[in-house]
Amino acid sequence: MRSAIHSASAAVALAAAVAITAVTPAAAAETPDPAADARAFQKFFTEKFPKVKLQDFVNGPYSMNADMHRQWEEKEQFPPYDFSLEAGKEMFAKPFKNGKSYADCFPNQGIGIRQNYPYFDEKEGKVVTLELALNRCREGNGEAPFSYLKDEMAALTAYMAFTSRGKPFDIKIPNDPRALEAYENGKRYFYTRRGQLNFSCASCHVQNPGERIRAEVLAPALGILNAMPIYRSEWGGMGTISRRFTTCNSQIRGVPLEPQADEYRDVEYYLSYLSNGLPISGPGARP
Amino acid sequence: MSMIVRTHIQKFTLSLTTVLLVASSMSALAAASEAEFKAAYAAAEAANKEAGSLRNQWTTTTAALAAAKKAADAGDFDQAVASSREAEALAKASIFQATSEKEAWKAIEIR
Repeated sequence: MRSAIHSASAAVALAAAVAITAVTPAAAAETPDPAADARAFQKFFTEKFPKVKLQDFVNGPYSMNADMHRQWEEKEQFPPYDFSLEAGKEMFAKPFKNGKSYADCFPNQGIGIRQNYPYFDEKEGKVVTLELALNRCREGNGEAPFSYLKDEMAALTAYMAFTSRGKPFDIKIPNDPRALEAYENGKRYFYTRRGQLNFSCASCHVQNPGERIRAEVLAPALGILNAMPIYRSEWGGMGTISRRFTTCNSQIRGVPLEPQADEYRDVEYYLSYLSNGLPISGPGARP
Repeated sequence: MSMIVRTHIQKFTLSLTTVLLVASSMSALAAASEAEFKAAYAAAEAANKEAGSLRNQWTTTTAALAAAKKAADAGDFDQAVASSREAEALAKASIFQATSEKEAWKAIEIR
């Protein structure tokens, strides 16, 4: 009798063990783990491009081969974003009509803080990007918001990025289920195919970085936002993160969402988090 | 001209007239009407609206809808119906894409 009970218990224990083993990996795969994602993401790119140093991924296509890197070094001697950077510095210092300024809206007077954006605002329950915070600062002080895509917004973010150059991205995901949800939504947006060309962000920037798409060399997703905003020769001017996201959508024949839509805020949160530890290099220049 | 030949010519002329009449009436039947355009355009717009609710409209759908409207304004309802149907097909493809991607995106995630 005892032996039969023992056998039955052993069988149940074995079945339970098998069930746990079978269920655990699937359950683990479903549990969001941003830190593990970031490790896997950085490992993927460093293994794909063993000659590129981790810190150099922030130089986008210019990190992909020696010729491109030389082009970038030459460009940096007289960088095309300089005019925008100067304009941004002046704009940042100029008080609003009410006497206050951008410095009053940000920690540390707005200097050297780019690496902390976007952040998850627990009061609002949403991601707040630097571009959004700048326009909220303007509106809060009785000024009209700027276009999110270029010109003034690019100039302001160029200056703020410049004051953070070399500081590593330090994006936090607070212990708030809504923050994790925003991160997961960003991830889903990044990998979801859209547009008539059936491309996701990952189709270009994970599956094909370093390859050409027509005349352009595709940038790796790792570090892609560290250089923002950028002067693009193709645009003939400066562009913000909002401009990058909306034009990516239209290039694959998808109707872009409105700048600073929740999806764009979330994908910026996701991508920035994955580049934690890599230095801010903005403003940048791209072909 | 013999009687037989004249009769043949008369018969041929009659048959040709009949064929032309029938053809012309069929062509009138085949031409799309404004009502057909309106129905086709409404169906395309509804499908595109659904794609919008899935946050996945395509620029080519928008372009086909605009082309349909332009053709209708010019009175070319054949073209207007054709462009509307193209827009509807594109919008339905974008809905299919958004629906299938709800799970499919996970296949390329870096883990």
